[in-house]
Amino acid sequence: MMSPTQWDLPPELCCRPMAFVALTGLDVTYNAIHRAIWDAFCVNRRADRVPISFKVLPGDHEYPKCRTKRTSYEWYIPKGILKTGWMNKHLNLVPALVVLFYELDWDDPVWKEKQSECATKVEIVRTSLQGRNTKVAVVLIQKKTPLPPGEDIVASERAASLCNTCDLSGKSLFVLPHTDHLVGYIIRLENAFYEHAQTYYYTEIRRVKSHKEFLNKTTHQLLFVRHQFKIAFFSELKQDTQNALKYYRTAYGLVHELRAHETNVLEIKTMAGFINYKICRLCFQHNTPLDAIAQFRKHIDQCKKKIGSAELAFEHTAWMSKQFQSFGDLFDEAIKLGLTAIQTQNPGFYYQQAAYYAQERKQQATYMCAHEPTVSYPSPDPLETSTGVLDFYGQRAWRQGHQSIDPTDAEKEKVGILALQMKEKNVPHSELIIALLSNAVAQFKKYKCPRMKSHLMVQMGEEYYHAKDYTKALKLLDYVMCDYRTERWWSLLTSILGTALRCSYLMAHVKDYITYSMELIGRASTLHEEQKSRIEKNLIKVLMNEVPEAEPDCDQVSAHAAQALWGDRMSLAGSNQFTIEVQDYVPFVQCKAKFLSPSFHLDDPVHLLLYLRVDCPHPVRFSKLCISLSNQEYNKFCVVEESCKSQDSLEPLSPENMCLVPGKTCKYSFKFVAKTEDVGKKIEITAVDLMLGSDSGRCVFLNWRGGGGDAASSHEALQAARSFKSRGRVPEQHVEWDTVSIQASTMIISRIPKISVQLSHKPPALNNEMYCITVSIQSNEETVVKDVKLTAGVKPGQDANLTQSTHVTLNGLEVCDDSHPALLPDISIGDLEPGQTVEKSLYVCCVTTGPRIFLFHVAYTMTTKVEGKEITCKCHKDETVTIETVVPFEVAVKFVSTKFEHLDRVYVDIPFLLMTDLLSASPWPLHLVTSQLQLAPTMAGLDEPQSQVEQVVLQTGECASECFSLQCPPVLNGTSSVASGQYLISWKRKSSCADAPVVTTVVTLPHVMVESIPLYVHAELPSFGRVRESLPVRYHIQNRTGLVQDVEMSVEPSDAFMFSGLKQVRLRILPGAEHEMLYNFYPLMAGYQNLPLLNISLVRFPTVSGQLLRRFLPSRIFVKPQGRQEDDASIAAA
Amino acid sequence: MAVCIAVIAKENYPLYIRSVPTQNELKFHYTVHTSLDVVEEKISAVGKAMADQRELYLGLLYPTEDYKVYGYVTNSKVKFVIVVDSSNASLRDNEIRSMFRKLHNSFTDVMCNPFYNPGDTIRSKAFDGMVSTMMVQTS
Repeated sequence: MMSPTQWDLPPELCCRPMAFVALTGLDVTYNAIHRAIWDAFCVNRRADRVPISFKVLPGDHEYPKCRTKRTSYEWYIPKGILKTGWMNKHLNLVPALVVLFYELDWDDPVWKEKQSECATKVEIVRTSLQGRNTKVAVVLIQKKTPLPPGEDIVASERAASLCNTCDLSGKSLFVLPHTDHLVGYIIRLENAFYEHAQTYYYTEIRRVKSHKEFLNKTTHQLLFVRHQFKIAFFSELKQDTQNALKYYRTAYGLVHELRAHETNVLEIKTMAGFINYKICRLCFQHNTPLDAIAQFRKHIDQCKKKIGSAELAFEHTAWMSKQFQSFGDLFDEAIKLGLTAIQTQNPGFYYQQAAYYAQERKQQATYMCAHEPTVSYPSPDPLETSTGVLDFYGQRAWRQGHQSIDPTDAEKEKVGILALQMKEKNVPHSELIIALLSNAVAQFKKYKCPRMKSHLMVQMGEEYYHAKDYTKALKLLDYVMCDYRTERWWSLLTSILGTALRCSYLMAHVKDYITYSMELIGRASTLHEEQKSRIEKNLIKVLMNEVPEAEPDCDQVSAHAAQALWGDRMSLAGSNQFTIEVQDYVPFVQCKAKFLSPSFHLDDPVHLLLYLRVDCPHPVRFSKLCISLSNQEYNKFCVVEESCKSQDSLEPLSPENMCLVPGKTCKYSFKFVAKTEDVGKKIEITAVDLMLGSDSGRCVFLNWRGGGGDAASSHEALQAARSFKSRGRVPEQHVEWDTVSIQASTMIISRIPKISVQLSHKPPALNNEMYCITVSIQSNEETVVKDVKLTAGVKPGQDANLTQSTHVTLNGLEVCDDSHPALLPDISIGDLEPGQTVEKSLYVCCVTTGPRIFLFHVAYTMTTKVEGKEITCKCHKDETVTIETVVPFEVAVKFVSTKFEHLDRVYVDIPFLLMTDLLSASPWPLHLVTSQLQLAPTMAGLDEPQSQVEQVVLQTGECASECFSLQCPPVLNGTSSVASGQYLISWKRKSSCADAPVVTTVVTLPHVMVESIPLYVHAELPSFGRVRESLPVRYHIQNRTGLVQDVEMSVEPSDAFMFSGLKQVRLRILPGAEHEMLYNFYPLMAGYQNLPLLNISLVRFPTVSGQLLRRFLPSRIFVKPQGRQEDDASIAAA
Repeated sequence: MAVCIAVIAKENYPLYIRSVPTQNELKFHYTVHTSLDVVEEKISAVGKAMADQRELYLGLLYPTEDYKVYGYVTNSKVKFVIVVDSSNASLRDNEIRSMFRKLHNSFTDVMCNPFYNPGDTIRSKAFDGMVSTMMVQTS
């Protein structure tokens, strides 16, 4: 009975109760039809089929005997609450319905015989079920498909007769035609069976309820519980879970009303546990998880204090553990069926609590079951019973059915308890605890509780440690340690490290032992000084290849075994060198490395400082310190060794430097000269290695990646930075550890050039000109600088168009073109003596306007001495300048008539003027060398056009204008737009030297509309008139067409003039001929006077109006007043 | 009265932990540490919606068999955790709230001390004394 599963709930309690129906008369082994019927009942039952558990039993099966019913409870004293067999009996042994299958067709030839045989079989079953309410039903297996009810008279007659013979009600006789639709028939059958079963359980409930009136409260308290439990269980079988829950709750209340004492407390708790399980299960099933949780809490609160016998206290904790575990299982199962749990209410908590009780059980078992080895298991076994099982749940084997307060036999009791204790000793407690913890871990992982998970893993690790499975323990502890370390819970980390140290000690894992020791004596450990001191001494022993002292709290036997293991380790040669990466721990040695500056010039030695500090109780010696750099060539300069014979290192090291005193910061300084090829590169500290121990014993390299620091140092540095503590109070030479910051890399940059580069030029640059920039380079070095090279031009990295539109040359005598580059690289200048200056002129031609950045890069080499070493340095100096480019002048062109009237079109063969205005936009004076008009073939100059602005100097804002008289040859059709040609201006800066090239700027003249006219009129008249003096005016009218033109002319009268001549005339002009009209005007008024209007109209060209033609004629004339002296002259002229 | 009182930094490391000396100190450390799971979850759940008008008192974080753990988060994400014995039924929510308020006030005083570097462990006698008044008195 005392199996490891004693505390497990019985399976009949945990299953879902289903109505039990027995099928008899089926030969499933040899009869294929019967087999098919049985399969239809039980194979692939889907969830929507009625909940029945079927069993095939032989026709003469013996059902459990029904005891004679008690008529009175008056003298009855119950022996226990619930018999162990009861639930199983009603689930699997006593059917609610027995179904007899019998092959019989209605038209069977031997009907009578078969009918009586069937009746006999029914009778056999009935006899076996004597006293039970189990129903019997008969199913006739028929080969023929039955006719619809009422049609087959033989069938109904024979059915009635069969019912009569077998003493069956009509409802209990079924026909199962063996046809194609077997499953359909079976489903209808089982629904009918289910109804019968329901009735059966209903009567059972009524039967149990009927006992109640006979019970009294003093002697039958156990029966109250038993009956309620039974009613509830029957209700469950009936699938009436609501009522089942109600009865279980009543039963639960009653079980706690029982008088509990030491002898029956186990029975009460067992039953309470069962009922609680049922309640919780049903609550989850009804989707009321909060009820389940509330019930469970109530249950625990009520039972927590019911410990029972002190000598068997572990039984209580075992039971408690099981309670929590089974609730956790129920909860988890409900979640799998769709319930949602939350972070603070999930199965994990129950598993965790179960584990706690299991731990407590283990502790109790350890000291309660610590018997002397001489004590042997009692014989005969007091836990044996005659049947091998207990009669009632939760009773003692040696006093079954005993219900009084005191045990009957004190001696028997003692032996029984001893037997239980001896059994408990063999329970694999750790296994149980670990299983529960790992269940809990899985849950907490699911519900976002990382810290809870870590905590449980620590407990698992500790349990593995207790179970002496050190490898697994270390694996778990190692896994969670870093979580506690990153969260800076040092107290918890220390505790875990302590366990880990013991594990590694007991396994004699040297490397792990050293690692854990280093952290335990470091600053993150919360251990006391004396403990740290002990661990440090052990660590030193290990470093000297000796056996360390045993850790306290280790059990004697294991510690002894460990000593032997350590002895073996000692004798093992070769494996005595370890490298421990300490960056991710908080070791007792702290390390910080820094380059003194984030960059060093090539001619400065690189200066590197390394700080070390120990936090352990006693001073520690190290035997070697080396720093690895990204360029390994420098590593040899960064070593501290016992036999310090390296003359390469720049600072002498004293041996006392090798001893690290707790709390004191040790500083090591290294210097080296960087190599020329490292200019522009980063030098990084890749690792720092500190060797503890010695080659003769064990040597351990503590390895820091990068510039040191560990898991705690970044936070410490942050805190130090925030701190108010002033560094002023710290005495000289003493370094405040926290204020040291790590600088793990430095740049090697080229030497600062001692050279000056100066630019002289006159901005802005003018478009297209050869802009001169003079670079003067002066050496301020103390030695000769060699190989000076100048790179000059547009600074790379600007707009690509700028590179296209800028040309640089050294030759300023000719204008450069596209073949010249934008940047002239490496113009060799040669060597420069100290103080010497060199000048170089550079010409830049900017094709487009806008700003440009120009770069002047001077590079050279020289040799210098650093720390007594001669090194060759490459230096360079950059100078940049932004130069704006502007247009030198703006050119405006316009067409005007010979009267300087604006023209929007010109007329064939009629002269007009082209005027150019050249406005200087340059801030510097411009020298216009010459200008030139290049006419298109569609234009002709009236005379040889000569530049009118030759050798003119324009100041800023000044304007130079030119005027050319032009005329258009005839065009093909009436009007068209024609090109005019180009205007070329040759210029240069006034300030530029004489041989500077002349820049020619080409301006394309605008197109102009040219129109032919049929008639041209021009007047010939003096430049002025005089009052009352004759003014002769001659109008020439030309016919420009190839036709004879009829012209009508008239002169309108005017107030200012009298005139003589033809006032109105109509004449005819031959093609190409010219007609001349003479008028004598006689001015009457002085001042500007409008001439009398001449109206001309062409008969053939009505479109050519007088208005158009009038444009060619002067409209007015200045009339001078009559002068006295000149009277005679005027008369003479008249 | 409390059996353990803890102040936890924004980064979740302990600034101050006091527990009744009669019991296993480490156990309380673990209890406080694991309760941070719930605190974090509660902060992140509320944080999105209305961070400024958040209730500082987080209420009962989770009940264990033996203890009840209550939480409180200041606006600067410093957490206070109070552990009380489960059997101590006399403590109502209101009293826990007032304990937290007292704790917060005292913590504010600590922060106001110009010689206190925020983020360092609290070593204030006044704070210690105030915590003592809230702890279960052991003879």
